[in-house]
Amino acid sequence: MKHRLQFAGKKLIRMALLLLGVSLAAFLLVNASPLDPLQTNVGQAALGSMSQEQIENLKAYWGTDTPPVQRYLSWLGGILQGDMGTSLLYRQPVAQVIGQRLASSFWLMAFAWVLSGILGLLLGMAAGMNRGKWPDKLIRGYCLTISSTPVFWLALLLLIIFSVWLGIFPIGLSVPIGMESGSITFADRIQHAVLPALTLSITGVANIALHTREKMIDILDSDYILFARARGESNRSILWRHCLRNVALPAITLQFASISEIIGGSVLVEQVFSYPGLGQAAVTAGLGSDLPLLLGITVVTAAMVFGGNLAADLLYGAVDPKIRKGASRK
Amino acid sequence: MNHHWNNRRSAVFLVCITGLLLAAVTAAGIILSGQAMETDFTQKNLTPSLSHLFGTDWMGRDMLSRTLTGLSMSIRIGALTAAVSSILALILGTAAATLGRKVDAVISWCIDLCMGIPHILLVMLISLACGKGFLGVVAGVSLSHWPSLARVIRSEVLQLRQAPYIQAAEKLGVSRLNIAKRHILIHLLPQFLTGLILQFPHAVLHEASITFLGFGLSPEQPAIGVILSESMRYLTTGKWWLALFPGLALVLVVILFAITGEHLRRLLNPANVHQ
Repeated sequence: MKHRLQFAGKKLIRMALLLLGVSLAAFLLVNASPLDPLQTNVGQAALGSMSQEQIENLKAYWGTDTPPVQRYLSWLGGILQGDMGTSLLYRQPVAQVIGQRLASSFWLMAFAWVLSGILGLLLGMAAGMNRGKWPDKLIRGYCLTISSTPVFWLALLLLIIFSVWLGIFPIGLSVPIGMESGSITFADRIQHAVLPALTLSITGVANIALHTREKMIDILDSDYILFARARGESNRSILWRHCLRNVALPAITLQFASISEIIGGSVLVEQVFSYPGLGQAAVTAGLGSDLPLLLGITVVTAAMVFGGNLAADLLYGAVDPKIRKGASRK
Repeated sequence: MNHHWNNRRSAVFLVCITGLLLAAVTAAGIILSGQAMETDFTQKNLTPSLSHLFGTDWMGRDMLSRTLTGLSMSIRIGALTAAVSSILALILGTAAATLGRKVDAVISWCIDLCMGIPHILLVMLISLACGKGFLGVVAGVSLSHWPSLARVIRSEVLQLRQAPYIQAAEKLGVSRLNIAKRHILIHLLPQFLTGLILQFPHAVLHEASITFLGFGLSPEQPAIGVILSESMRYLTTGKWWLALFPGLALVLVVILFAITGEHLRRLLNPANVHQ
């Protein structure tokens, strides 16, 4: 147990350093931007009609008159005390905005993540077992098509079919328009989240299915499967006892590595369905040069990605006894 | 039985066909770029017909020529960004594997850093730093795609350096530069070319996505991302063709790239020569 704690501790320190790097990189990138937040948010015409004093006030509000080093250090100081600053566009604490947005995005992403993982594993195993036959060709064709399809276009298609033509699902937003927040039922929320979640799940399948298929073919060609067959083991028991664990290891890596993809996908999907989640907030913050919010979202999503990698590293030991023993011997 | 020989030959044939097709789309887009901007208000919002295969939009612009121009732009940006990011990956991957532990640590850290930020967010941030537009897209896509290929190349070079023939060459007193040129780079070439071609589809998709979100090419340009984000405003009024055909065309182009890449990978892999 001790070595696993040490392992996790080392990883956590590395993660913290990487997060620091991420925040610095994001800050430098936004800071280097030639786009003037005053021009984009207030507009040239409005600026022209303002007095010098008003413009100075605006500059102070958007932070364009503070030197970059001081700006970053004060942001970093705030973070260390648990204060992520105030969003310039939403005029609310960044932590609060992210909290609200993440709450509505989380279920969307979690559902899509779990569903695409399970479906991808099953499809990959099915394809690998039927190598060269029609189920394999079908699954491979599906994966090729879906990985060549832009997520947002798929979202648009589903929107046209289910919302505009069939009218089954609403056009957008996470709750019905013009209703009191108290009277919104759980069913309403679900109905508004179905299409975005479906889009994300459909696209998430391809990568994991293709890799599982390759691995499955390797395993089925191995000597131990040949021996198991020679012993007369049934197909089902071979699948259950020999294939599943071996296939699970790379699948877990891929699945946790796909967190980054799912967040990226949710940015696009939320934009199409105007679903008020974290991704949409990121786009708004980016277009409006809202530095504190953009930094906050980048750091929080990066933490999620690193957390996923850490979880995968820790899970290896649980799934693969060889890794567990190898680590304890050191 | 020359069945196996045919396998390779048909791959070459297929690669040529898809290559020609992509070149034709690129050329058609450049030729039609003038027509794509022409507005004709007597012809607006037409459903697809023989004279306008993809229909027309609310300004009476022909969607087919707009789509082709957009695709052509996507392909050219894809080629440029894939090339830049692969060369970056080659340089950084080799540097990490050959220039000592400190350089390796720094480059590996950068790789982890870039892979930690969700891809779309990273492209958004880089594009913002370059002031959006054409430069923003190109910088964003090419500066965010190198890490995974760099990692592959790094481990490949590390492995190669342990290979007996390279160690023997070192002991024989062959200079480092010569080893790099005659043994390592030649060996990396197939890996590198495959990586380059497989970057294409990603690059094209990310270009379209980032433009769709409003961080890429400017709205006046007929890019696929722009066409699709404009179409969103007209979906509820039943103008499905504005979104369907341009998107479908993009999917087809990306699939063509993916198939070409897959076949080229097999052709370039020395282990597959006997097939």
